[in-house]
Amino acid sequence: MFIKINNASKTYKNNNRDTKSLDNINLTIEKGEFICLLGPSGCGKSTLLNIIAGFDSPTNGEVIIDDKSVKEPSPNYVTIFQNYGLLPWRSVKKNVELGLEVKKISKEEKSKIADEYIELVGLTKFSKHHPSQLSGGMQQRVAIARALAVDPEIIFMDEPFGALDAMTRMNMQDEISNIWEQKKKTIIFVTHDIEEAVFLADRIVIMTPGPGKVKSIINVPMKRKRDRTNEEFLKIRDRVFLEFKMKEEIEIEYSI
Amino acid sequence: MNKIGKLVNIIIGLSIILILWQVVVLTGRYEASLLPSPLMVLNALKEVISNGSLFTNIQVSLLRFFVGYSSAVILAVVFGLILGWFEKVWAIIDPIVQVLRPISPIAWFPFIVLWLGIGDIPAIAIIFIASFFPVLLSTVSAVKKVDKTYLKVAKNFGMKQYSVLTKIIFPASFPSIVTGLHIALGSAWVFLVAGEMVGVQSGLGFMIIDARNSLRSDLLLAAIINIGVIGLLLDKLVNIFEKWVGKTWGIAQEPERS
Repeated sequence: MFIKINNASKTYKNNNRDTKSLDNINLTIEKGEFICLLGPSGCGKSTLLNIIAGFDSPTNGEVIIDDKSVKEPSPNYVTIFQNYGLLPWRSVKKNVELGLEVKKISKEEKSKIADEYIELVGLTKFSKHHPSQLSGGMQQRVAIARALAVDPEIIFMDEPFGALDAMTRMNMQDEISNIWEQKKKTIIFVTHDIEEAVFLADRIVIMTPGPGKVKSIINVPMKRKRDRTNEEFLKIRDRVFLEFKMKEEIEIEYSI
Repeated sequence: MNKIGKLVNIIIGLSIILILWQVVVLTGRYEASLLPSPLMVLNALKEVISNGSLFTNIQVSLLRFFVGYSSAVILAVVFGLILGWFEKVWAIIDPIVQVLRPISPIAWFPFIVLWLGIGDIPAIAIIFIASFFPVLLSTVSAVKKVDKTYLKVAKNFGMKQYSVLTKIIFPASFPSIVTGLHIALGSAWVFLVAGEMVGVQSGLGFMIIDARNSLRSDLLLAAIINIGVIGLLLDKLVNIFEKWVGKTWGIAQEPERS
């Protein structure tokens, strides 16, 4: 067990009224797993991610990573945000070097590592560009390279492709799936897109709102380089639809 | 608009003023000592250029301006970054600043002379006060407006507070700070003249007083025109800087988010 979430709840105080955003979440995640937190808005999936990442703390319960209780963010667990969080005044390369600047390593080493990850996300030609000169998909690649550059154990992604168009989105899904296979990171990925979850996850954690709860966990035992149109994919997708009651359960009747 | 079009507009505007001015002079209703003609002012300008006094005065004024303005900018930006960052401290300082800010720097003049004597220092102090508050306030508000995602990223990578200030907060708020610098420059230049009207024997403000004392309205207008033109040039300079910052910071070309 790598990540363990024990009875985590989160209550926000709003105008003297308590709003329960997360209710008693229990979840364990193994090292190297690709987990998708899937649910409609308001189901607390982003709150849960923020709590695991250490940006927020649970009202009750706790999160344990590697036998240590999470109290604050750490460079070991890097979060990638939907709006990328790139520094607009820095070039692509300087952005990727940001996390490395905290570590005590030489300039040459920094440059080498940055180049390596920029190449990994296919942006070598653009390393001197500024974020505003890049498309949304390219900006998100920079954010991914920046996160990977510090060699974290876990990557948290909070609806990272939410602002991208459908085509770019699918390309990015392919890419993150490849990177995950290559780098063997643990990835926890928040999304409200069912197909995205089925395409990416080893396990899909299905969450429902009011208050945020884990409804069920669906295994996706498909091989990588997944085909979005094959039967197995559609079957799992249907199961997820069923979980959200977005599809009628068809009773198969036998008659002679 | 293209450059030639702009130039034409400037020439048209200037011509209208000059013609109106000349017409009023030609009506003969005003004595030359009350309203000098454009030609008289031109001659006065030639006079101060040829005897070198104009350039000496401009030099002195610009030096005072530069010292007062840049020291105010440096201090105000440093304080602004710190105060904007520590919100609780700012909550205490803010009311004090709000009381001090609307006071014209000129109001401090008697105290400035009493405390600092006469000479360059009072003029510099006036410019300092005039520039300090606009820069301070724009810096504080710029720091408060910094995108919270940047701070999360910095925290995530384990950056120390000092690094966060220098590597994230300062550059992130820089474009807004520069807007404050622009505003401060304008108001500080206005007060330069006021600061030089008492206690000094040189500078553009002194030229005004000197022209008045010797009843030379032509010189007076020549000095006024110089102050205006230099103010304009300084403004253009900051404008260029502001544009450069905008471009480098990627504000000029917002990304297309599709």
